[in-house]
Amino acid sequence: MPKLVLTGNYTVALAAKMARVQVVAAYPITPQTSIVEKLAEYVDKGELDAEMIRVESEHSALAATFGAAIAGARAFTATSSHGLLYMHEWVHWTSHARIPVVMAIVTRTIAAPWNIWSDHTDFLGQRDTGWILCFAMDNQELFDLTIQAFKISEDPRVYLPSMIGLDAFILSHTAMPVEVPDQKLVDEWLGSRRQPYAIDGLQPLALGSLAWPEDTEEFFMGIQEAMEVAKKVIREVDESYGRVFGRSYGGLVECYRCSDAKYHVVSMGAWSGDIMEAIDMLRDEGYPVGLMRIRFIRPFPDREVYSILGSSRGVIVFDRAISFGSLGPIYLDIAGNMLKYTQKLPYMRNIVAGIGGVNVTYEDFIKLIKDTIDSLEKGVEPPTYTWYHKR
Amino acid sequence: MSRPIPPLPRDMRDTILPGHPACHGCPIPMALKTIEAALGKKLILVIPACCTSIVVGPWPGCAINASVVHVAFASAASVASGIVEGLRKRGIEDVHVVAWAGDGGTADIGMASLSGAAERNHNMIYIMYDNEAYMNTGIQRSSSTPSGAWTTTTPLGKREPKKDVARIMIAHGVPYVATASVGYLHDLYNKLKKAARIPGFKFIQVHAPCPTGWRFDPSKTVEVAKLAVETGLWILYEYRDGRITLSPPSRPYIDKSKRKPIIEYLRMQGRFKGVSEEDVRVIEEYVERTWDWIRKYM
Repeated sequence: MPKLVLTGNYTVALAAKMARVQVVAAYPITPQTSIVEKLAEYVDKGELDAEMIRVESEHSALAATFGAAIAGARAFTATSSHGLLYMHEWVHWTSHARIPVVMAIVTRTIAAPWNIWSDHTDFLGQRDTGWILCFAMDNQELFDLTIQAFKISEDPRVYLPSMIGLDAFILSHTAMPVEVPDQKLVDEWLGSRRQPYAIDGLQPLALGSLAWPEDTEEFFMGIQEAMEVAKKVIREVDESYGRVFGRSYGGLVECYRCSDAKYHVVSMGAWSGDIMEAIDMLRDEGYPVGLMRIRFIRPFPDREVYSILGSSRGVIVFDRAISFGSLGPIYLDIAGNMLKYTQKLPYMRNIVAGIGGVNVTYEDFIKLIKDTIDSLEKGVEPPTYTWYHKR
Repeated sequence: MSRPIPPLPRDMRDTILPGHPACHGCPIPMALKTIEAALGKKLILVIPACCTSIVVGPWPGCAINASVVHVAFASAASVASGIVEGLRKRGIEDVHVVAWAGDGGTADIGMASLSGAAERNHNMIYIMYDNEAYMNTGIQRSSSTPSGAWTTTTPLGKREPKKDVARIMIAHGVPYVATASVGYLHDLYNKLKKAARIPGFKFIQVHAPCPTGWRFDPSKTVEVAKLAVETGLWILYEYRDGRITLSPPSRPYIDKSKRKPIIEYLRMQGRFKGVSEEDVRVIEEYVERTWDWIRKYM
């Protein structure tokens, strides 16, 4: 398979093209713009047989994507930060209608103050919406996840929309080698568009009518059940993709040197690469530490989290988002989901960092992980919550 | 001047099915029946939050014998854009996509998405049924409420004039804009038939007197609608290729002397109960300005 050197945004655009999206509706926002620009170029050059709807807002971007999807087209959009917030109403509406669409989110700090750098608050703010939420670590995984997102969303056992997160600039504007498979292989593996219904006027169908509380609750229970089944589908898709394209990531989470680890780090997104580097160096120094990288935050990998972290001597969860007045969202999810399996939790520390795009390096991770482990080895538990602020 | 032959088919009972929960005298089923009569059953109605969200009835039933997509308040035009392009991609060309929204969903919260879809010239018919306030939430003023009218959020009467959405749509340069009224369903029918033949974005604003919100007897909906036209207050016209053509019901009223006094229209409605002479004068001036504007483009 040939390798191309692509920015994250061009990777997303190429993957959407290779998934043969039929309608793209999008609105520009930094740092998402080059995704839309590239797709527009593909369409205008005739390389992608799709309709491009250059909408007047993100609210309309997802509304039009939804419209195209219910009409039976494979539809795609991308946004970031304020755009995602602006379309939030439609984020809920789309999943409640159980209509598969795929959307890339270039994660960016939410204003005020204006800020274009990455943190995950925009993305994690969507965690209660009923979308499949996955997050890439590098551009290769971004390519693979984008293709896979269509497969997962359009699986009849799931029929939920998918969001793929990528960190602003760290991935979106950084070029990396990406192995690009043959189009025929993608076509065969992905198959044609599947969806639960189509509003195409061929038979009368009403979508979204007023429903009484008990009926509404049953619709929502259906989403929760589909999320549960989606865990299985995601693992299957990861495996079958691996068989065809040669890359599997381990399903909902990726484990890095954690089979023999006694201490565990948890992370999501691009900085996981820096953490892996930190872990390699700590391993060289004899620290028995591994990384559990969250690839899918919805559905939440509860079983994986328990089996990997359940008997850990200490867990550090890095959150690039903060639920003001509480803790980091991933930490909260991990603690809550562990309690489904055990009432005895290991020592778990939440480190909130990288907020507003603050650069956190492998050296920072080494220091934070080392301090935590050293302290625990001495029998002293560091504070369970720390906002790591660099100046 | 010959009046058009009534072309409305007899099977209109099949379009709005029995059991819909509209208020007595509601203009919505009248207009919806006409739409389906004109466009047929290969029809997708995109409906944002409005009275019609309720009028079509709760799940799992549906009182409209066509496809209905309920959408978020601001999004009728944008969802319709997506449906139009999705269908086109699938090679489906014989289905009418109609965005059907109230004045709040059009003139206020839906204005940006309407403007966007119009500028992009998607092939759809956008119908604004104009009952001149947020009726579904209980009669709050919209920008399409006329001056002087009582609503629950303008207890002393609205101070600002009605926003002229049809004129805004004309400014977009779309292929077809028309005003219509539930008092003249044949006229609406003809306009829908014409719109269906024109490719691109079509906008029709239907004046829809609401007995509940305007405070008049439910048996008088058509009478009030007709009086709005006969007083010259609501003007029926078509805009095409840069020119406005008065529709037959409004043609006599270009001559001010043929018009009935506006006060007759206002007196029929409880919402204008508190209007002062000054309010009436303001409304009359507004009407005169609208006629002046129309004359310029005729």
